[in-house]
Amino acid sequence: MRALGIILAGGNNNKMRELSNKRAIAAMPIAGSYRSIDFSLSNMANSHIQKVAVLTQYNARSLNEHLSSSKWWDFGRKQGGMYVFTPTVTADNSWWYRGTADAIYQNLSWLKSSHEPYVVIASGDGIYKLDYNKVLEYHIAKRADVTVVCTECKEEDTSRFGVLKMNEESRIEEFDEKPMVSQSNLISTGIYVIRRRQLIEMVERCAQEDRHDLVKDILIRYKNLKRIYGYKINTYWNNISTVDSYYRTNMDFLKPEVRDYFFGQYPGINSKIDDLPPAKYNPGCSVKNSLIASGCIINGKIENSVIFKDVYVGNNCYIKNSIVLNNVYLGDNTHIENCIVESRDTIRANSYHCGEDGIKIVVEKNERYAI
Amino acid sequence: MIKKEMIAMLLAGGQGSRLGVLTQKVAKPAVAFGGKYRIIDFPLSNCINSGIDTVGVLTQYQPLRLNTHIGIGIPWDLDKNVGGVTVLPPYEKSANSEWYTGTANAIYQNMAYMETYNPDYVLILSGDHIYKMDYEVMLDYHKANKADVTIACMPVPIEEASRFGVMITDENGRINEFEEKPEHPRSNLASMGIYIFSWKALKESLNALKDQKNCDFGKHILPYCRDNGKRLFAYEFNGYWKDVGTLGSYWEANMELIDIIPEFNLYEEFWKIYTKGDVIRPQYISADASIDRSIIGEGSEIYGEVHNSVIGADVRIEKGTVIRDSIVMRHSRIGENTHVDKAIIAENVAIGKDVVIGVGEEAPNVAKPQVYAFGIATIGENTVVPSGVKIGRNTAISGVTTLADYPNGELPSGGVIAEKDGE
Repeated sequence: MRALGIILAGGNNNKMRELSNKRAIAAMPIAGSYRSIDFSLSNMANSHIQKVAVLTQYNARSLNEHLSSSKWWDFGRKQGGMYVFTPTVTADNSWWYRGTADAIYQNLSWLKSSHEPYVVIASGDGIYKLDYNKVLEYHIAKRADVTVVCTECKEEDTSRFGVLKMNEESRIEEFDEKPMVSQSNLISTGIYVIRRRQLIEMVERCAQEDRHDLVKDILIRYKNLKRIYGYKINTYWNNISTVDSYYRTNMDFLKPEVRDYFFGQYPGINSKIDDLPPAKYNPGCSVKNSLIASGCIINGKIENSVIFKDVYVGNNCYIKNSIVLNNVYLGDNTHIENCIVESRDTIRANSYHCGEDGIKIVVEKNERYAI
Repeated sequence: MIKKEMIAMLLAGGQGSRLGVLTQKVAKPAVAFGGKYRIIDFPLSNCINSGIDTVGVLTQYQPLRLNTHIGIGIPWDLDKNVGGVTVLPPYEKSANSEWYTGTANAIYQNMAYMETYNPDYVLILSGDHIYKMDYEVMLDYHKANKADVTIACMPVPIEEASRFGVMITDENGRINEFEEKPEHPRSNLASMGIYIFSWKALKESLNALKDQKNCDFGKHILPYCRDNGKRLFAYEFNGYWKDVGTLGSYWEANMELIDIIPEFNLYEEFWKIYTKGDVIRPQYISADASIDRSIIGEGSEIYGEVHNSVIGADVRIEKGTVIRDSIVMRHSRIGENTHVDKAIIAENVAIGKDVVIGVGEEAPNVAKPQVYAFGIATIGENTVVPSGVKIGRNTAISGVTTLADYPNGELPSGGVIAEKDGE
């Protein structure tokens, strides 16, 4: 294979509010049965990238649990495989990952000992499908030093993205990281293709200068020196790292065309297998326009919602426009509207939760007595 | 030296002809069950949950589906460095090449496999029962009795006992006599077809009866053991156990899963049942759908009504369609405004629009009245049913059918359309 994969999955930000207390964003549950990182991992596997490093730092327990075996994404091979790198203390370094470039620098020996000529860098919080080979071919054809996969931003506010401007040859002329006012709605997806030796050189130089960020200290700084090109995609891409975009991305899967794009069209998205029984619908339940994952037992009423794995919905519950994460127990007569219910929680009977302006995140941390 | 205390031999070669078109192209253990599983998942999961990590699966009849399902045993954690799951088909030998001619003959032909592991005990299982059982407890019982053979038995109502092999025991559980399907049963302890043999006793009796035609455990090996002074014990099992050998019992066992608190509960954390899940995505229930008293597998898209039914993975049920008291297996598609009442629809079936399945009064099946009974319409895998037809009860359909196969657009109760291949 011609490329290595690196997935940056260390991140966290306060825009995820309470949801980030428990896990890295890359481990956020998506679309009923998946985790965010499944998309980048599956894309790597589907692009025949056989050697992938996942760089993780913030609250990695949930992510590590999800990545407990590489076989779900077909990485358990003699050639290559999946490597999970968390920061470690070594003789000459005792820092955490101080930034994305530093995270790569601290694992430079892995890059150096590999022989693949190119590296595909992706983030763990993008929901998309992409054949990286196409980006790689483009990268080679353009004789680029770095190729940045970009897309038109569908949100009005681009201030949480890297904003680009390309010339007619697709070479990137402007690159602003999280600008307050942006000149363009073309944003970086956080997916890059770069020659392995080039990356090693840039990251080493960066470290010498005590700089640590892949975007600010490499892409932006080098943009006039190196040939940095944009590869524009028009297919579905969403970054989930705010509560609103997380909510919206999940709700997108209620649309048949989105489900068909991700799950109907080959190749699909893989995930860890949980061995849960099929969902069960008891008398008196009513489910409209919703996604229900396996292991759920439904007694109440559900509308326009995404119910993740192993959720129990009690009698007379009413769930509307909401997301209920894995392994939640909803007691009888509970009302949930415009909410995201955090995983493994127990909501007592007769509870009332309604997001008045915007999405409410429900975290109750009750003991579960139900059998 | 490799040493396993107990290994399991799972007999999965039978056709299960009483399941009619459901087993036309797959072995019975590979038939789908409960919206997600295949029948063989139950004994395989029981094995790993009981700490048995070496399982030989004996296949013969239509093994393709079974082989792909088992693979190297990853879903059951049976992908082991030593042991794990091994599929054992009949093979050619320098002399006496033969198929597996009977249950014991199949085990005899795999003597070399068993010897590899130097077992003290061998557990013989069949691949056609739905149950959860801890074989380790049964082994403890076997050891405590210093038994040569322990037979798992289940108390059944005495009036039904004549359908089974019945064990007559003394007060210590030792079996003095047994009767195969007796007219006047003297006991209600029915054999479940699950045996633990001490290795020596198994090897000795298999060798002694190696020339026996169609050598069978119930008919030959157990009588041999009894007559040669071996210690045979009955291990009484009182949990849920269901033989799904007929369309009626298969349908019933599926329907029992949808009770509010089913007797056989798949939703317990304890004693999980594992399967190869190739569909991961959640199911979608549309705004027009209406569902109650049902279980539905992953990735299914429901636009119609589903009542009292078991729906497998990746099934699509279109708008205006009503499914009632039925089983629909994975990858099947059911068109708009179709009504299905008490049917078993196998995998990858395509049913058109405005079809009615399960209409009219029951009538005995013209071809196999014993098989296609219970009022169930049975549709085999890869079948295509054209739009607008009516299908009665106790019917069987398989293959790609067209309107021409339905005189007056109808297959009356008891009718059969079969033996047309999908190619």
